[in-house]
Amino acid sequence: MSTILDMAETDLRAVNTTLQAAAKDKANAAYTLTNPRGSHAVACGLDGPLSVTVKGSTGYYCAGMNKDATVTVEGSAGPGVAENMMSGVVTIEGDASQYAGATGHGGLLNIKGNASSRCGISMKGIDIVVHGNIGHMSAFMAQKGNLVVLGDAGDALGDSLYEARLFVRGSVKSLGADCIEKEMRPEHIALLSELLEKAGADAKPEEFKRYGSARKLYNFNIDHADAY
Amino acid sequence: MDKTPQTEPRQSWTFSNDVNSEIRRAAATGIYDIRGGGAKRRVPHFDDLLFLGASMSRYPLEGYREKCETAVTLGTRFAKKPIELKIPITIAGMSFGSLSGPAKEALGRGATMAGTSTTTGDGGMTEEERGHSEKLVYQYLPSRYGMNPDDLRRADAIEVVVGQGAKPGGGGMLLGQKITERVAGMRDLPEGIDQRSACRHPDWTGPDDLEIKLLELREITNWEKPIYVKIGGARPYYDTALAVKAGADVVVLDGMQGGTAATQDVFIEHVGQPTLACIRPAVQALQDLGMHREVQLVVSGGIRTGADVAKALALGADAVSIGTAALVALGDNDPKWEAEYQKLGSTTGAYDDWHEGRDPAGITTQDPDLMARLDPEIAGRKLRNYLNVLTLECQTLARACGHNHVHNLEPEDLCALTMEAAAMAQVPLAGTNWYPGKAGF
Repeated sequence: MSTILDMAETDLRAVNTTLQAAAKDKANAAYTLTNPRGSHAVACGLDGPLSVTVKGSTGYYCAGMNKDATVTVEGSAGPGVAENMMSGVVTIEGDASQYAGATGHGGLLNIKGNASSRCGISMKGIDIVVHGNIGHMSAFMAQKGNLVVLGDAGDALGDSLYEARLFVRGSVKSLGADCIEKEMRPEHIALLSELLEKAGADAKPEEFKRYGSARKLYNFNIDHADAY
Repeated sequence: MDKTPQTEPRQSWTFSNDVNSEIRRAAATGIYDIRGGGAKRRVPHFDDLLFLGASMSRYPLEGYREKCETAVTLGTRFAKKPIELKIPITIAGMSFGSLSGPAKEALGRGATMAGTSTTTGDGGMTEEERGHSEKLVYQYLPSRYGMNPDDLRRADAIEVVVGQGAKPGGGGMLLGQKITERVAGMRDLPEGIDQRSACRHPDWTGPDDLEIKLLELREITNWEKPIYVKIGGARPYYDTALAVKAGADVVVLDGMQGGTAATQDVFIEHVGQPTLACIRPAVQALQDLGMHREVQLVVSGGIRTGADVAKALALGADAVSIGTAALVALGDNDPKWEAEYQKLGSTTGAYDDWHEGRDPAGITTQDPDLMARLDPEIAGRKLRNYLNVLTLECQTLARACGHNHVHNLEPEDLCALTMEAAAMAQVPLAGTNWYPGKAGF
């Protein structure tokens, strides 16, 4: 049984207060938000097992800093969806705007459509699966975690990358500084299989290429100045 | 035969020994100089202002007898739980990583004993600091190293860092020497690599976005925490106005003398404005918006004495923040380490290679042997003492001007010793009733 909160009648503060309290109760409750109408900061700061379904599109920072909760947006999401997410699952049935999953530490961000630029920027351990394409400068300074793209990637993928792993099935318009294609070893196939299954993605791991850091920019070297 | 008189060898002002040494260093290494601290060049500063004191038209308060209040409340605009401080002097953000754990603990101890707050930095919140800081401001930086909602909620305030005075428009680099297992773990990066701190936030650009970001932070923290926005001294009028527009509870304004853990010397010395030049435009922005005293202004960058505190308050700040001075109070650049500074190619008072992690005083290091030199209890007491002295000095000056609260200090209490300071502070040149830019000249 899902409790319905109509955002046409209930303001954001009341909605988030209700959801945050329910998450804290750890009772695995379910809520459905109707009429989000692009509201910002919807279902952010949840800390506990809770299921939230948003019927419509959201604005900035939906499910920001999520911990343990499951948030599904039955629409598209504005910039910074699931930013700094710690754990749990956030699913976007439509497209996601820029900075999706920015600085995320953990959990799964599952984007069924496309993601705009800077997807996974500075990610710190989150898993992001994008069923469509991603925009330019995605995984910029990405530190940890996995970014899986079933479609194509835009310019400068993985620029100044640290230890995050990038898997792309389609084309990559260009790689950013210090990002290189790497060998797809059995452990990567196994990891990718698991991620694809969790995301419900219809793709074979063998179709993907793996990208990672060349680690040449890890310590400043004047001979690499041209890369900056 | 008489010797022909010789002209004394003349050093070039343009190509001084200092300049030439930097040219030789650059030629030898091929890389710019990186260092800690703030601008070392002489810029117009609080020393260029004087208090007028009481006279026929102003009655002084009796020292040691009549009360002069110092308390300040920060975050009264939106926060359910504003921060109440006993003194108008806070400890600025400095990261664990750039500073040792004992140094962070000492800052917390000293600040708490003095009744004020301390601030985290890039790299997240440590137990040393949270445990010893009664009031802790949690910085929200572009890198988001260590950022998590639990720490956000156990902070007493949040400081969104847009810029800092030492490097407005610049990020940072914590060199690999200081990236121990603990520091690396907190930042989700491998040990020993140089860690870049980004120059802009990853998920917002511009004041319109920032307004939404502040909404999110408030929603996550139940609108309890004051949210500060820290800006470098670049365009103080517009930056302050835009921070207010974005919803800041407090604006923290850091002039170019404000320190950094590590940045290019060329950046520190050539970008940004002196602290003195930043205050009046920021206050003007607040006044134009009807927000002066409703959105509090905290000024930092080169605060050293109670006179500096009093002058900043007189120009319209609600509080000041100290970083470099706090480190000196803990023991940074202490003459007792002179022999070791010499070995590092420096000297007491000039040591600024904080990024190398070899600080003899055990403050800007992660080396266990060096860190052990700093006793956080003793250092904390020194900081407490220093903060008390700043407060007493500030009160003394306020009483002399006839004020029963340090916030009652005003520009009319001041005069300037130089044209530059008069123009920047918008107070009359000493002996005149005029300052540059004032109509009627």
